[in-house]
Amino acid sequence: MEQSTFIQQVASEKNNAVTKSAALQEPRFVRYTLTFIALAFLAFFIVLPLVSIFSTAFQKGVGVYVAAITHPDAMAAIKLTLTVVAIAVPLNAIFGVMAAWALTKFNFKGKNLLLTIVDLPFAVSPVIAGLVFILLFGSQGLFGDWLFEHDIKIVFALPGIVLATVFVTLPFVARELIPLMQTQGTSEEEASISLGANGFKTFWYVTLPNIKWGLLYGLVLCNARAIGEFGAVSVVSGHIRGMTNTMPLHIEILYNEYQFAAAFAVASLMSVIAIITLIVKDIVAWKSKSA
Amino acid sequence: MSSLTVNKKTRRIIPGFHLSLGYTMLYVSLLVLLPLSMIFIHTMSLSWAEFIDIVTAPRAVASYKVSFSTALAAGLLNVIFGTIIAWVLVRYSFPFKRIIDGLVDLPFALPTAVAGIALTSLYAPNGWIGQFFNFKIAFTPLGIIIALTFIGLPFVVRTVQPVLQNISAEVEEASASLGATRLQTFRKVIFPELAPAILTGFSLAFARALGEYGSVVFIAGNMPMKTEITPLIIMTKLEQYDYAGATAIAVVMLVTSFILLFSINLIQWLANRRFVH
Amino acid sequence: MKKRKHFLQSLALISALALTLTGCGSSSSEKNTSAQDTKKSVELLNVSYDPTRELYDEFNKDFIKKWKDETGQDVTINQSHGGSGKQGRAVIDGLEADVVTLALAYDIDEIAQARGLLNKDWQTEFENNSTPYTSTIVFLVRKGNPKGIKDWDDLIKDDVSVITPNPKTSGGARWNYLAAWAYAGKLYKNDEVKIKEFMKALYSNVEVLDSGARGATTTFVERKIGDVLIAWENEAYLTLKELGDEFDIITPSLSILAEPPVAIVDKIVDKKGTREVAEAYLKHLYSERGQEIAAKNFYRPRNEKILAKYQEQFPTLELVSIDDFGGWAEAQAKHFKDDGTFDEIYVPQ
Repeated sequence: MEQSTFIQQVASEKNNAVTKSAALQEPRFVRYTLTFIALAFLAFFIVLPLVSIFSTAFQKGVGVYVAAITHPDAMAAIKLTLTVVAIAVPLNAIFGVMAAWALTKFNFKGKNLLLTIVDLPFAVSPVIAGLVFILLFGSQGLFGDWLFEHDIKIVFALPGIVLATVFVTLPFVARELIPLMQTQGTSEEEASISLGANGFKTFWYVTLPNIKWGLLYGLVLCNARAIGEFGAVSVVSGHIRGMTNTMPLHIEILYNEYQFAAAFAVASLMSVIAIITLIVKDIVAWKSKSA
Repeated sequence: MSSLTVNKKTRRIIPGFHLSLGYTMLYVSLLVLLPLSMIFIHTMSLSWAEFIDIVTAPRAVASYKVSFSTALAAGLLNVIFGTIIAWVLVRYSFPFKRIIDGLVDLPFALPTAVAGIALTSLYAPNGWIGQFFNFKIAFTPLGIIIALTFIGLPFVVRTVQPVLQNISAEVEEASASLGATRLQTFRKVIFPELAPAILTGFSLAFARALGEYGSVVFIAGNMPMKTEITPLIIMTKLEQYDYAGATAIAVVMLVTSFILLFSINLIQWLANRRFVH
Repeated sequence: MKKRKHFLQSLALISALALTLTGCGSSSSEKNTSAQDTKKSVELLNVSYDPTRELYDEFNKDFIKKWKDETGQDVTINQSHGGSGKQGRAVIDGLEADVVTLALAYDIDEIAQARGLLNKDWQTEFENNSTPYTSTIVFLVRKGNPKGIKDWDDLIKDDVSVITPNPKTSGGARWNYLAAWAYAGKLYKNDEVKIKEFMKALYSNVEVLDSGARGATTTFVERKIGDVLIAWENEAYLTLKELGDEFDIITPSLSILAEPPVAIVDKIVDKKGTREVAEAYLKHLYSERGQEIAAKNFYRPRNEKILAKYQEQFPTLELVSIDDFGGWAEAQAKHFKDDGTFDEIYVPQ
């Protein structure tokens, strides 16, 4: 089914290409050169590392590979990672839409400041991103005593890992939507409102269809990054085997135990998950385009 | 496009200002500002002289230079190649395009440590790629640039791609029918539309590269004064239970990143205003 | 309209998936707590450093069996491993460890100092400075020792490339540094200027300064960089066992007695009511079984009888101890704090 989708996709793209007039296309050699540069760059920076991960993963045979990803500790890590993602991504998606709406549909003082604050988590070193939550919720932190008294665990438990992940992936959806909504301006929404639609309806029927690809991109990226976050989570996790180890931390543990094949097996599984989300996104995109 | 004066009126026309802004402010206050304020609070346990001493120590200064120059190089590489990749992915068709499109996100999904290990094994002197070069790549600043380019690539591609997809063919057709060559259309019509996204992609990739730790420690070699990055300095201070010293360096990084992102956002806003008028 | 329907469908699908997953997550944690409530079982958290994984893997199984036989109670032992300093910090910041088994006493001192989680004289609580097993610092060289490395002074030769982790980020590597310092101290009769020159020459031969011990081992073994890896003896043996036979272990004439200590975190065990089992756990490390397991995992046992049994594995050599450096607090301040002797090596004066 995927393949037929793919073929239809190619076919429809070819049709598009034919209908395009020559003035809208670069000369053939430019197209080929650009494509070659892009592919070569991706080959050196992405494909080769990926190939090396898979080749190490299967170095000791399929048996070791399967054993590595079905090991109870690995399963616990996968489950924890998915739980974290399931909480963090929706939170940041809602935030992203809200922030993009506020920042692109209105003008107000301090807009650039707010925009920069939204960007900030990208720029904060993962080491610091983890540390700040320790400083807040750790035993010596601002809320440390209160949490200890009430026996609430935030850091070195699920809530801390979620918080760190939310922090690190906070800007993704917003950042994807803002440039998009900026280029679209506000005229369509204004028209809708002046025709009597309420705010929510306007958002749902006018804005959302315009931004859905950006939103989907944002979700996919946020999801990918949430799965892969290492540095910040490493600081707040406590590294308890089978309990607070996420997939990236589990990989580190295996690697440090010289189980290179097993470590890379789990890593390859993560890259497969990422690629699958992308393919799913593309299928959804194609289906709705052709519908 | 609406002009600035119309925008001011829209505040009244389009609803949801207070809700969306309020929610945004609350969310960033709780999840960004409050946590980050802890860095400043901890730094304040130092006197001004101590603070200056820590952040201007020779090893710290050397690490700023390493981090800054490698992040800049990686950011620029990503701007050039990221834009080309986004262009090719949106405009051209070639075999396995879907899968290749998917691969671009890999640097986000792969734990940075795994990326670091994989890149080190490729670019080490005995690696698949490293063996073909008669100079060292891994364990030099070059290795750091490679790791940072890897982690930053999706930022540029994924900010440029949706904007490129949204540029309607009509604008280009109009430009072409008015007699513009393809290059002119690109320079005068497409590029101005893309420029903000490219700039955003660059600033995000650059800022992310400044703070990156997980992948770099494997490939950098970590030689003090030569390939020691600033986040590593923070780690060394933490290992000595020196929270104040660690947060002092973190403050420097945070303020630098903030100024950088803020100025780029400001430039964009000003540029936007100019285009609009 | 249809477009939006597809989009919404996929969104709904994703959120349903998300909800199911959260459901799974919370139900599993319920299981954990219900297991805790039944008094027939008890849980321990051992926060340890990196190179003890294999040791505690084996030791925990042994202890679980022993505890079950003696008391009929099931004990679950959770392990956490990481860099020694990072682990120490985690305990200070609220990781509720019942016992800590770290690379150096300094890290446990910090835990005692920062929050008073345990007594300042914790090191007197168990025998032998609360160190049930020891190790020392040796060299790992390529098979056949092509560079003819025999002792510390061979490491400062121009054509020798050395791999060792950064003592500022790796607790274990601080022992490496101090071992080299001790050798130079003996060689130059404690002339500090000359010792520093020696250290400078040694560290200028270091090609990659990894942040942790296992990273350094990987650089040496997998990347094939360097002629000699300065490593803990147990790590060197483990490398031979796990990563093949292409290496030799060289024991220098003088080294340091590396003492990775263990301690009960008083406040935590009292809060959780796990003191009894925690104490039994650490005491079991000193038993013949525990000592045997340590020796099998290449740590030098304290028990003379077991040590004699494994003497081939552990050649005798002249060993200095951390007390010769005035204890950890002093060593830390002099060598590894900012502007300490280690910084002097790298910062142009």
